[in-house]
Amino acid sequence: MTELTNLTVAEIRDGHRAGDFSAVEVAEAFNANVAGAKALNAFIVETPEHAIAAAKTADADRAAGTLKPLSGVPIGMKDLFATNGVQTTAASHMLEGFVPRYESTVSQKLWDAGCGMLGKLNLDQFAMGSSNETSYFGNVISPWKRKDGGNAALAPGGSSGGSSSAIAARLCPAATGTDTGGSIRQPAAFVGISGIKPTYGRCSRWGIVAFASSLDQAGPMARDVKDCAIMLENMAGFDPKDATSLNLPVPNWEAALSSDLKGKKVGIPKEYRLEGIDPDIDAMWDAGIAMLKDAGAEVVDISLPHTKYALPAYYIIAPAEASSNLARYDGVRYGLRDLPEKAGLQDMYAATRADGFGPEVKRRIMIGTYVLSAGFYDAYYTQAQKVRTLIARDFEQAFGVCDVILAPTAPSAAFGLGEKTADPLAMYLNDVFAVPASLAGLPAMSVPAALNREGLPLGLQIIGKAFDEQGVLNAGLAIEERAGFNARAEKWW
Amino acid sequence: MAIDQATVRKIASLARIAISDAEAAAMEGELNGILGWVEQLGEVDVTGVEPMTAVIPNILRLRDDIVDADPLTGGNRRDDILANAPAPQHGFFGVPKVIE
Repeated sequence: MTELTNLTVAEIRDGHRAGDFSAVEVAEAFNANVAGAKALNAFIVETPEHAIAAAKTADADRAAGTLKPLSGVPIGMKDLFATNGVQTTAASHMLEGFVPRYESTVSQKLWDAGCGMLGKLNLDQFAMGSSNETSYFGNVISPWKRKDGGNAALAPGGSSGGSSSAIAARLCPAATGTDTGGSIRQPAAFVGISGIKPTYGRCSRWGIVAFASSLDQAGPMARDVKDCAIMLENMAGFDPKDATSLNLPVPNWEAALSSDLKGKKVGIPKEYRLEGIDPDIDAMWDAGIAMLKDAGAEVVDISLPHTKYALPAYYIIAPAEASSNLARYDGVRYGLRDLPEKAGLQDMYAATRADGFGPEVKRRIMIGTYVLSAGFYDAYYTQAQKVRTLIARDFEQAFGVCDVILAPTAPSAAFGLGEKTADPLAMYLNDVFAVPASLAGLPAMSVPAALNREGLPLGLQIIGKAFDEQGVLNAGLAIEERAGFNARAEKWW
Repeated sequence: MAIDQATVRKIASLARIAISDAEAAAMEGELNGILGWVEQLGEVDVTGVEPMTAVIPNILRLRDDIVDADPLTGGNRRDDILANAPAPQHGFFGVPKVIE
């Protein structure tokens, strides 16, 4: 029999249903992989007992004929989702030791669907970062290595880097991620897995530690497109507790998966052809175009003229919202309190926040505070919100002539830890292809498409119309079937 | 526009983050780098463009006017709410003395 930890979510679900193995065997196998992979630092908290308890329930449910949609499937939970009774930190010192007395809507839905939790996955602190180097609990390491004779530790992407690393290393079959400006897609691309950010509002944000509320959106990360569809079906849905939650039925994305793209038009945005970009990225993109043509799609050139302004607009809007959201960490209600001797209330706030936030979080709060401050609000914040309208309008016009858009997920393969940390701007530029879809609230996914000359995975991104996750998943499936990507990192950890 | 260290300290105080002189000096360069870069937004013609307020059109729902309608977000959860407070006292959030 194949190793249980090599099975996909669908294979675990179906195999458990058929009685090929017990859920407890699956949970034990993944627990063992988690316990043996400390070198990756993918988990902040391991919860083997949670996974085993859910597995016992799943086995009992099978005996009783009351199986749930994901009975027998253990998953990883990004440590940005509040989990009742289990420490939730957003990878920050500020929330170290915080044990919620409630459950996020998305995680609750997954438990209700029968999933068990293998642990809380590491991430960039408060989801701010593109490399997993801002976590208070240390860097996550990618399981991949360059084939250059060196042994450099590579970034698993960010912010959902614990999720990406854990899936690629077979520590879990799937995990939750959140995407504010590419935090599901870029880490998925860096480690050769799939991930989808649905339309803004599909997944409830209730109980997810907030970063930038108009952008934050949960989504699944998994090894293939079908697993993403299955996971998303069990994460999405209307939630009255989130004012931005969409009151729409959740489609049966898995059942409607089809890689036949006859009659579909795929747009290729000319502004994403960056000068001086890695030739491997452009070659992969061209190969992706050929794959979608082969699946029956017609390819059309499109223009998204405001693309170059997406990143600067994002780095005003996201910090502005973050500075407001993170004002809640004041040392009074939860989390860290730093009370210097003879300090008053104001000094306590300032000391607590100085101690509890890492440098990148402080940097973004400072930028956000500045652009929202009197005298600068219109010049920066209002201007950025107007540019955001134009970026969304670009997409609307493009979708007048095409059904989905194909582009690279990131401008490079995974970079080495420490290679970009000295220059915040260089790090921000890594999200150049991911951010526009986030600003427009559109569904977008990354699927692995090729290896570069260093033997590292590269991802293709598909961006769809609002509410058209099916179109995105179907195009993703067409690429997956044709790219035949089955490379995996050699085990060194 | 370039920001100086005095401005950095003012922003830090508005953000309620204590910073040392060395941090202020380091942040001056970083913030100027980032703000200098975002200033390219100024070249976009936004005449007649409304600033975005909602990324996906949605209707703002109002909840029913019922006290504690949702047991999760309603009242009577004092112990849960105080469970993670650093210094709860007598059923309240404790803070350092504010009045002399």
